[in-house]
Amino acid sequence: MSLSHPSPVRKAKNSIAYVVMGLAFVVACVPLVSILWTVIVKGAKDFNGYFLSHSMRNVSENQNSGGAYHAILGTLEQVGIAAVITIPLSLLVAIYLVEYGRGRLAQAVTFFVDVMMGLPSIVAGLFVLSFWLLGLNNKASGFAVSLALLILMMPIAIRSTEEMLRLVSPALREASYALGVSKWRTIVKVVLPTALPGIVTGMMLGIARIMGETAPALLLAGAAESINPNVFQNPQGSLPLFAFNESQNPSAFAVNRGWAAALTLIILVMLLNLIARLIAWWKAPAASR
Amino acid sequence: MSSDTPPAVAEAQDEAPKSSAPRSALTAKAGLGDRIFGGSARGAAVFILILMAAIAGFLIYQSVNAISKDKVDFLTSFTWDPDGNTTANGDAEFGIAAIAWGTLITSALGVLIGAPIAIAIALFITQYVPRTLGTVFGYVVDLLAAVPSVVYGLWGLLVLDQHMSGVSKIIEDVLGWIPMFKTNGTYGSSIFTAGIVLAIMILPIIAAISREIYKQTPREQIEAAYALGATKWEMIRLAVMPYGRSGVTSAIILGFGRALGETIAVAMVLTSVPGLVTRILQPGGNTIAANIATAFADAFTTGRQALIASGMILFLLTLLVNYAARLVIRRSAKKAGA
Amino acid sequence: MPRRSQDERDFPVKFQRYGAVAGVAVAAALALSACGSDNNSSSSSTASSGSSSGSSASACPSGTLNAAGSTAQANAISQFTKDYQTKCTGVTVNYNANGSGAGVTAFIQKQADFAGSDYSLSTTQAGQVTTAGRCGSGKAVDIPAVAGAIAVIYNVPGVTTSLNLSAKNLAAIFDGTITTWNDAAIVKDNPGVTLPSTKIQPFYRSDTSGTSYNFSNYLNALGGFAAANKQWPGKAGQGAKGSSAVAAKVKSTSGGIGYAEYSYATQNSLTYANVSNAAGAFIKLTQDNASNFIAQAKIEQSGEDTKLAFNYQYSNASAYPNTLVTYEIACGTGNDSTALPLIKGFLNYVVSSTAQSELTGLGYVPLPSAVQTADAAVVNSLS
Repeated sequence: MSLSHPSPVRKAKNSIAYVVMGLAFVVACVPLVSILWTVIVKGAKDFNGYFLSHSMRNVSENQNSGGAYHAILGTLEQVGIAAVITIPLSLLVAIYLVEYGRGRLAQAVTFFVDVMMGLPSIVAGLFVLSFWLLGLNNKASGFAVSLALLILMMPIAIRSTEEMLRLVSPALREASYALGVSKWRTIVKVVLPTALPGIVTGMMLGIARIMGETAPALLLAGAAESINPNVFQNPQGSLPLFAFNESQNPSAFAVNRGWAAALTLIILVMLLNLIARLIAWWKAPAASR
Repeated sequence: MSSDTPPAVAEAQDEAPKSSAPRSALTAKAGLGDRIFGGSARGAAVFILILMAAIAGFLIYQSVNAISKDKVDFLTSFTWDPDGNTTANGDAEFGIAAIAWGTLITSALGVLIGAPIAIAIALFITQYVPRTLGTVFGYVVDLLAAVPSVVYGLWGLLVLDQHMSGVSKIIEDVLGWIPMFKTNGTYGSSIFTAGIVLAIMILPIIAAISREIYKQTPREQIEAAYALGATKWEMIRLAVMPYGRSGVTSAIILGFGRALGETIAVAMVLTSVPGLVTRILQPGGNTIAANIATAFADAFTTGRQALIASGMILFLLTLLVNYAARLVIRRSAKKAGA
Repeated sequence: MPRRSQDERDFPVKFQRYGAVAGVAVAAALALSACGSDNNSSSSSTASSGSSSGSSASACPSGTLNAAGSTAQANAISQFTKDYQTKCTGVTVNYNANGSGAGVTAFIQKQADFAGSDYSLSTTQAGQVTTAGRCGSGKAVDIPAVAGAIAVIYNVPGVTTSLNLSAKNLAAIFDGTITTWNDAAIVKDNPGVTLPSTKIQPFYRSDTSGTSYNFSNYLNALGGFAAANKQWPGKAGQGAKGSSAVAAKVKSTSGGIGYAEYSYATQNSLTYANVSNAAGAFIKLTQDNASNFIAQAKIEQSGEDTKLAFNYQYSNASAYPNTLVTYEIACGTGNDSTALPLIKGFLNYVVSSTAQSELTGLGYVPLPSAVQTADAAVVNSLS
């Protein structure tokens, strides 16, 4: 058997393998292209300035009118509140785990963070429904959705921030201590800024993920067709929920609105993803680009 | 110190060196600022711990409450009527057997369809394609991960399902002698459709992790294979795949865990059909998550607690799966690094 | 001294940069929240132009009214909401059409100010209201508001006319004993219609539904079906959540059959069946026929609670026997004080002659005028 001239059988197997793998890539692209194509083509029918700036107030389902503004505003506010609460909290916890934690508390927190990562989004929604809405006698609101979203975002944010903080070279910290800088100043002025791009990327990816969560909104947002800027009181629109509801309607106009809402959601999520990756790429050391 | 330290953000590697922070003994003084800052960090950690423990505790309490009221066996019954709408005396009768089965079988189908494709893609991107193009392709596959599940559901319900009858008929013609593939003449809204949607959803996760792992195959092993006269495919079989086996297995298990928790896409594609699903090409099947999504509004107190109980079972399943994934990694690391 | 400028320098520009980005984001968000509009008045909202609902000094309340319940009345409520919100611009009515069962559950749990349900409160539910203290020490009342017909919708390739489907055949279809459209029993009732051999795919309501309750009630009375139940008791088919979803499924599935309020059939151009009455004759679904049947219902009044009991044995040739009535369920006394003016204002409008006269155009049936008057009195007495 010649080592440098493989037999035809081996050559054939090699080529087949190449073809099969290329095909697998194409097969994976087919649904992606189909999904993006469908969303863009069907969503574009209704995706216009009117759609983005009007609510569904006084519009019946089988009317060719109305828009998703109430839902867009709702989602942005709900995600915004969840992020505003999660980001500082998860930052502090990650700092604790990396810089301070040694003993039982750190172990317990790490254990629970690991456990909570696996919490299905619908169970988080059920929790807020049972505890916050029914147990504490509150009504459906955007804030209830925010609560569920922050339960989902917290473990991810803590974990990714922790990773980024651990990547900071200990030499930096030691150099800072050697100059007599106190621990908290070291963390705030040396460690955090160094890890900041990675932390920002992680947070943005986390936000992008919870923006697309339908299950909490399904359980907690209530029904709203009018604009409700108050996230703490009364049902509020939600973009994924709007797309979900419109798609289940027999009217073709409703389905069109559903696709347009899906397009809006995808654009928002993709934008966040893109910006997050740009930050990571821009800030990465030149060597690893 | 005047140097403008360049940010040390590296791509998160699976085996990134983990640095631990130097002890505070290095600082000469632990002043007020330190106490406040350290205190707030510690306070935040305590708060989060209490919050998560409370959530877990609350959910467990509600589940136990519901199960204690159940008149039939929770783990083996097929019915779901915790509010007693169709039972005599309004007794609570609910069991997770049918919906847990539905969850497991749709996720298994998703992995069966998605994993081989994902691995093939990872191999293609790392071994066959020049590096820059590979990064681009990698981003393209990652785009799939960014699509929200409601969009998958919309696509699955309004696009994929319309084409399913043709494909399902072909499969039934070819494989119909296996009872699982027989139908009663109706197609669509089936476990098969849901399985395909799930496969597409977990594909990017498995592909991304596998890609990272395959990229790290030691060059010596690759070159050794070539030195022995192997073709590219043989090299992959000899060097790349064995090296990545544990990592890729772990990736597949993680993908399975992701599929388990998927709610909305599956709820939109499946219609509600009670009972244990055995035919995957015809309408039928229900998963734990989709059941919660459809039943929560009607559910009165016991109903809601029963839904929480089923959610906790799902949570437990996901935990076990994630733990299994980590075990696989740990065991192989022990073997390799020892 | 170096320390100062050190701070300014190694408190990196990055913070300031991110701060600037965050600032822009917040400003954009604020601008976004000011640039949307609730004004969708390009559509003509009809009957309420210039008409008052009878009480001329009706000052409009303001605030948000949260209600939930029946999907059968959803299309009517949607129109009423439009009218009322146009008349009283400071009011927002949020009606969550998640099914009768879900609506009653939401009402009992204080999540909804009133519920819409196609079946009146059962004794169990009335008990739950008392235990939960929902209406303080008082009780909840059923106010019949929107009456309509249940259309048996189907999608049979090649059939564009109304098929005759007897109660017995329907019961068999929804129990899975008749499985193809050209079954002998169906062919016998439809001479001259070519029925294909397509498989029948029944769709029912997977959630607790008043439409399910009334349809199963009809099938039980005249077709030997299981007892009436808001949780559909049939043995075959696939469940979909909400009337919209059932209509959507029937529309997109060849061979599909389902049941939903008549407005869903008219708004989505779905074909519907002629059903059999107690005498075995096939009655066409028209609003007049439905109205005749509903007029024969026995009115059971206890205090302020009004229930309508259909007489399925009424076999007049112009009475379509497959009907429903949606009740608005509110607290007789003990309503939340901020919600009370909104509840009374909106419900007053719903039972008024202006609103009721719009129902025919929407695919529903106006209530008998005696019931309308009684309802108005009950609504006024809510406290």
